[in-house]
Amino acid sequence: MSNKLYEVFIRSKAGLNHRHVGSLHASDDKMALLNARDVYTRRQEGVSIWVVEAAHIASSNPVQEHEWFDPAEDKVYRHPTFYPLDKEVENM
Amino acid sequence: MDAQHLYPYFLRLADTSMTMSQRLSEWCGHGPYLEEDVALTNVALDTMGHANLFYQLAVEVADDDVTVDDLAFLRDAHDYRNPLLTELPRGDFAYTMMKQYFVDVYALLLYRALTESCYQPLSDVAKKALIEVQYHHERSHEWLKRLCMSTEEAHQKMQKALDDLWFYTPELFETDAGIQALHEQGTAPDMSVIQSEWSSMVETHLAQCQLILPETGWVATGGLQGEHSEHLGYMLAEMQFLQRAYPGCEW
Repeated sequence: MSNKLYEVFIRSKAGLNHRHVGSLHASDDKMALLNARDVYTRRQEGVSIWVVEAAHIASSNPVQEHEWFDPAEDKVYRHPTFYPLDKEVENM
Repeated sequence: MDAQHLYPYFLRLADTSMTMSQRLSEWCGHGPYLEEDVALTNVALDTMGHANLFYQLAVEVADDDVTVDDLAFLRDAHDYRNPLLTELPRGDFAYTMMKQYFVDVYALLLYRALTESCYQPLSDVAKKALIEVQYHHERSHEWLKRLCMSTEEAHQKMQKALDDLWFYTPELFETDAGIQALHEQGTAPDMSVIQSEWSSMVETHLAQCQLILPETGWVATGGLQGEHSEHLGYMLAEMQFLQRAYPGCEW
């Protein structure tokens, strides 16, 4: 039985998103869930767990970091910060 | 309520958890891989928590001023009331998980029944422990399936563990006059009912795992009377060393 790498996502409480918390090794999905419960939720960190085999995650290429993400750097007008907001709208 | 019967019964429950916990904690740093090392010791800690709760029940009905620490760390092997199964050396991983599975099913059925106990403090403790035992059972059940269904070598090791441990299991359900009296009062469940539920669950699962039950053998007994294997003394020597060498030591 060979172990595979899994990524672990935890929902810390109802209504919040699952967030990536780390990774672990397990033989299959069920054992990954059990291991995630024991490694990542023993101190009330969560109410729900997702695990996904790391090999199943499609990822952007770190080599392309500049060509993918740098063009947004000097385009501050894409942020909605140039509009006066009515007082009634407290948060946006 | 009759403290005369309650006290040894609580020791029976507590000592069973304490010895399970101590054997499991021996895996700390020796697990087959990091995640399983953490998981095994989590179960060990949960189980020590159950021992602590049962010892507290014993302290509450004790004649003298004993503490939980006195009960765990200052009693000798012949005062321990656990069945022989739980004091056996941890063995390899197959052996550990087979024993864990047997005891998890036992605890699941026993604690579930104890939640109905007419002795309220016991019923409260059983409810608390049951939640954790349900998870322990799920874990050892899943491990058993995987170990039996993977390689030929793994299957052989599980069959060997079953052959070695099977005749220690009937002792889990042994009773004496005191436990019978507690059952008649509605404090403790009928252990013959627990045993038949246990056999039906375990035998079905072992058959699914394509393991074969050994036919006949020596059947372990003695724990209820304080008659133990030689292993318990060595285990307690290690577990109790600090309290014996530095009496009253706290940290």
